[in-house]
Amino acid sequence: MQTTSHAFKDNARKAMADVDLRTALKRVETGFTTARRKAADRLPEFEDLRDAGRDIKNHVLENLDFYLERFEERVIAQGGKVHWCSTPREARETILKLCRSVDARTATKGKSMIAEEIALNPFLEANGIEPIETDLGEYIIQLADEPPSHIIGPAVHKTKDQVSDLFLEHHWKYGRTERQTDPQALVNEAREILRQKYVDADVGITGANFLVAETGSTIIVTNEGNGDLTQMLPKMHIVIASLEKIVPTLDDMATIMRVLARSATGQEMSVYTTLSTGTRREGDLDGPEEFHVVLLDNGRSEMVGTELQELLRCIRCGACMNHCPVYHTVGGHAYGWVYPGPIGAALDPHFLGIEEARHLPSASTFCGKCEEVCPMRIPLPRIMRYWREQAFERRVGPPLERAGIRFWAFFARRPALYRLATRLAIRVLRRLAGRRGVLTALPFAGGWTDGRDLPAPEGRTFQELWKSGRRSP
Amino acid sequence: MTVSSREKILSGIRRGLKRGPLEGSARDAVEARLADLKRNLIPARGQLDRAGQLRLFREMAEMLDATVEIVDGPDAVPAAVDGFLGRHNLPKTLRMAPHETLEALPWAEKAPLLELNRGAARVEDQAGLGMAFAGVAETGTLVFLSGGNSPATVNFLPDNHVAVLRASDIAGAYEEVWTRIRADREPGTLPRTVNLISGPSRTADIEQMLIKGAHGPRRLHIIIVPDDEAA
Repeated sequence: MQTTSHAFKDNARKAMADVDLRTALKRVETGFTTARRKAADRLPEFEDLRDAGRDIKNHVLENLDFYLERFEERVIAQGGKVHWCSTPREARETILKLCRSVDARTATKGKSMIAEEIALNPFLEANGIEPIETDLGEYIIQLADEPPSHIIGPAVHKTKDQVSDLFLEHHWKYGRTERQTDPQALVNEAREILRQKYVDADVGITGANFLVAETGSTIIVTNEGNGDLTQMLPKMHIVIASLEKIVPTLDDMATIMRVLARSATGQEMSVYTTLSTGTRREGDLDGPEEFHVVLLDNGRSEMVGTELQELLRCIRCGACMNHCPVYHTVGGHAYGWVYPGPIGAALDPHFLGIEEARHLPSASTFCGKCEEVCPMRIPLPRIMRYWREQAFERRVGPPLERAGIRFWAFFARRPALYRLATRLAIRVLRRLAGRRGVLTALPFAGGWTDGRDLPAPEGRTFQELWKSGRRSP
Repeated sequence: MTVSSREKILSGIRRGLKRGPLEGSARDAVEARLADLKRNLIPARGQLDRAGQLRLFREMAEMLDATVEIVDGPDAVPAAVDGFLGRHNLPKTLRMAPHETLEALPWAEKAPLLELNRGAARVEDQAGLGMAFAGVAETGTLVFLSGGNSPATVNFLPDNHVAVLRASDIAGAYEEVWTRIRADREPGTLPRTVNLISGPSRTADIEQMLIKGAHGPRRLHIIIVPDDEAA
């Protein structure tokens, strides 16, 4: 995927002016967060399960090489194959080669963020293979030629009217000349059109929520059933997964599964959880004849043993973005790459480089809500802070900004001076604000005052109040 | 190409972990964890008595918009299937998984007008009948294992999915089902497809409105056959 992360500020400004997007984001803010809260409340063990899930993932990461090798062994023993790919390019070419080995013309696809990460669709298209997205949200954005704006709801930014227009425009060729406006009718139309595509496809490509070392299984979790039709009807099933998806046993999978849907959509359990293991067996009446797991690294192995290791616990539930005030304000596209929201702010700089993605770790109020709801308890704010430090140390960003940080740091390292300076500053600001008590313009603070007034500080500094024994205002 | 990437990835991980390939007691410990198949925390909700499990299974499945019918015994299943098709004005044609339990039911006697087709499902099938391997009370989930007697397509292609479930096959939690699956198999193997199904297909991809029947079945009807004291 082409990145526009460097243009985050412009992206965000445009997003904030988009009325449809504002309505859509309001639904994320209220819908997903309420559903998660209720689901968590219904399960008294929810917090303990989060701890257990975190511990399983930590254990896996300490023994990642072992479990990956064991996983491969089990896949091979049951008729499948594992393709280890260091780079997105290698993964794309491996998939193309597999598709060509069965003379594929079309490939149906279940939802996969890794397919987005390696920009699989444009590559297949350029090589004469038509990828057909089957998850309704992915299908909608494929028609719109847009990237996903949310990791579990790729089309959350689209309105029903926009979907109606898209379907009319693209389904004309199937003889669907009436513009549907009822959501059920829209879903039915997509269902009917995709049904034959499942049957006709030569290859089915899905992602994976888990890889199980015990049995060599890949697991997808969906609500629509598209991922199942995608993998059971064509003769070849290709799974594209990143290596941190591995868990030791089915029991470990069950533990994490209990927090996945609850954190994501607030469901107790997604409708379809499917364990796919190897190829169809002798006597089976359906299922793929070939089973391939494309295992992508793309720099993840370099995160092991570093400050970023904890990011490899992520199960891509989307809870962090569902609860993020910045995501609620700018939406997913503004982040400019595959992973938006807090997880994107922490992860994207690793994939894109801090130069390209320097705005993302700064696009945070550090309210800490993301860490609070992350089922795997990833310290997202701490990792964003790490990237901010990296950006400063590597001299990324405009000189004025870095000079500002140095200026502040000079005082911050000298507590007495800092206290004196803040005492002076609030008095100066109050004087400047006059009787209205607000500042409409301030040097170096245009970013704030262009959009709103800055309330002038009142009274004395916190330290002064503390010393004077006045503990509440 | 892939051999070198494999080595590159594994050595990268080991470099990060500051060690070589797992050896000695460290390896034994991980092997032991894998062999023990120890269960983690199981919610209290998944540990009820038999009667409680049946009640919870039904409650959870119905919450997910599945319909649940408890029949008097195996002989009552054909009429229940027939009744389901009739209630929804569906043709009296059924794609049936050729499962021995289903084959043994008195179809000709109790539902003489029903046309049964065996084998994998086809796009034109409107109703499919499968035999569930297990039910999970915790979330009202059905479990199907693919095989010559249970094609996975029957659970997904037809608009209407009817599942027969023995009451004694209802487990409290997923972990009990894993234990049962492992019991009859070579360690470290599974059938090609294990389907955990919780309610009919749905989507919320258009303005987060909940719409049923996205790609999988629009209806899920569960027929429970009481075969132990709990039911």
